[in-house]
Amino acid sequence: MTNRLQIYVLIVAFVWLLILPFVGSRYSVELATQILIFGLLATSLNILVGYLGAASFGHAAFFAIGGYACAYFLTTLALPLVVSMVGAVLLTAAASLVIGFFCVRLNEIYFSMLTLAFSMLIWAIALKWKSVTGGDDGFVGVAVPEFLGNYFTFFLFTLGVVSVSIIVLMIIGNSTMGRVFIAIRENQTRASFLGVNVRRMQLIAFVIAGTFAGVAGTLLALYVRGMYPETAFWSQSGHVLIMVLLGGMHAFIGPLLGASVLTLLEVTIGQYTEYWQVFVGVVLVIVVLAAPEGIYGLVRSVSKRIGGRQDDDA
Amino acid sequence: MDLLEVKDLHVSYGLSKILHGVSLSVKPGELVSLIGRNGVGKSTTMRGIMGLTAPKSGSILWKGQEILGRKPHVNAKDGIGFVPEDRRIFSGLSVAENLDVARLPVREGREAWDEERVFSFFPDLKRFEDRKGGLLSGGQQQMLTLGRTLMGNPELLLLDEPSEGLAPLIVADIAEKIRELKAAGLSIILAEQNLDFVLSLSDRCYVLEKGAVVYSGTAQELSDNHEVQDKYLHI
Repeated sequence: MTNRLQIYVLIVAFVWLLILPFVGSRYSVELATQILIFGLLATSLNILVGYLGAASFGHAAFFAIGGYACAYFLTTLALPLVVSMVGAVLLTAAASLVIGFFCVRLNEIYFSMLTLAFSMLIWAIALKWKSVTGGDDGFVGVAVPEFLGNYFTFFLFTLGVVSVSIIVLMIIGNSTMGRVFIAIRENQTRASFLGVNVRRMQLIAFVIAGTFAGVAGTLLALYVRGMYPETAFWSQSGHVLIMVLLGGMHAFIGPLLGASVLTLLEVTIGQYTEYWQVFVGVVLVIVVLAAPEGIYGLVRSVSKRIGGRQDDDA
Repeated sequence: MDLLEVKDLHVSYGLSKILHGVSLSVKPGELVSLIGRNGVGKSTTMRGIMGLTAPKSGSILWKGQEILGRKPHVNAKDGIGFVPEDRRIFSGLSVAENLDVARLPVREGREAWDEERVFSFFPDLKRFEDRKGGLLSGGQQQMLTLGRTLMGNPELLLLDEPSEGLAPLIVADIAEKIRELKAAGLSIILAEQNLDFVLSLSDRCYVLEKGAVVYSGTAQELSDNHEVQDKYLHI
């Protein structure tokens, strides 16, 4: 799922993002911050969708848990930033362990439906547990530390956290564990008679995905300086799933591509019409029909046809 | 003591009964074959032993311990290796990655299988180390499936129709490899329709018909018994 080309692309993107705040407008930096947060969220989801072959419809639940927990630790409990973020991520990991324990008992559409159900449960808690979450009004006014107070440092902070997370996810994806996930995606029975405890590996993948969604959630809470129940809503889970499909789930960088393209599309088209969703929908239909392997797959097959290069990596 | 002792195994898929009380045994280092025409229950017997198809009743003793109903991954870790007949490799993984995912710890006193040993056993695979499994030929896939299972360091190998659909030259090649594995001390159950292939390799044979063992004897005895051959094996 990762090849040399993708690593080059990531390095170039990283260098470019490192320069961006020094040369780009505030608007472009803010946009890049959003793309990074959602790029991490989508990449974490792809551990389930692309590697393990399990389409979670409730990934936003962990995004929200991470965000709310970070907001609560930082603001209500007035804990230091590092403690709040680490605590929030650990809490998300614990939540994904509990939720995953039940979800991995099911396969395919039943798995998807159960993840959806759990995420709606989290949404309902965010909505109703007013004393902690602020309920319908949301958690407003997260006590973001001084040094993250401007868009410039916040972007660099986000870039750092997201980059480290992406590298960790890439290492996991390229390890034996990542290959075992792919083996499970291809055929669970085959993996099982080769000695793979399929359930346990599915649970591990679920926890990894949830944990990094939690990391993205903490960044969201800091960026928005608030958390709202919609973050856990099913449409948010769908949004991330679309990023994964749009970019290409069988390439490591696919979800990052998808997050970038979808965010840019929404923003650009949104400038011209309030009915931007219609246009985004049309683009999605075209991409899904014309390029089932997403933008990454499309670019690759086009470049193959032009260059005539033979390269094994899908 | 027998390494594996299967007693009165009954297996059904839904309403259709496939095995009606199969019994067999394997001693350490022995190569035992299950022979019979298509659909007599050879694969089902193996899947039952592996835990892939839950037997309805009976007993499977592995080193004297009852393992009926145990999960396949537990059996694999306990030294039972299964090479399925469809020989499907993980097509999205490279040859080396296919081997990597099947690695299991080795038991004491045995030489561990790793990529290097598999590649020296199947030199052909070495050349395609980085090729995606889906792009291999049938014979290469059969070698990879076998190599992959060996990565789990089994003590007993369940080989389901390794000669099926392969060119005669490759079949001879595979037979030679099986002989080498047996010589290295591996116990093997071989399911086959190809009688010549079986007789040249086996210590003992079980002939299956309609989900039951109808004949058992040494390879030599079966080779001499034309009555059994005509009744159950020839088409």
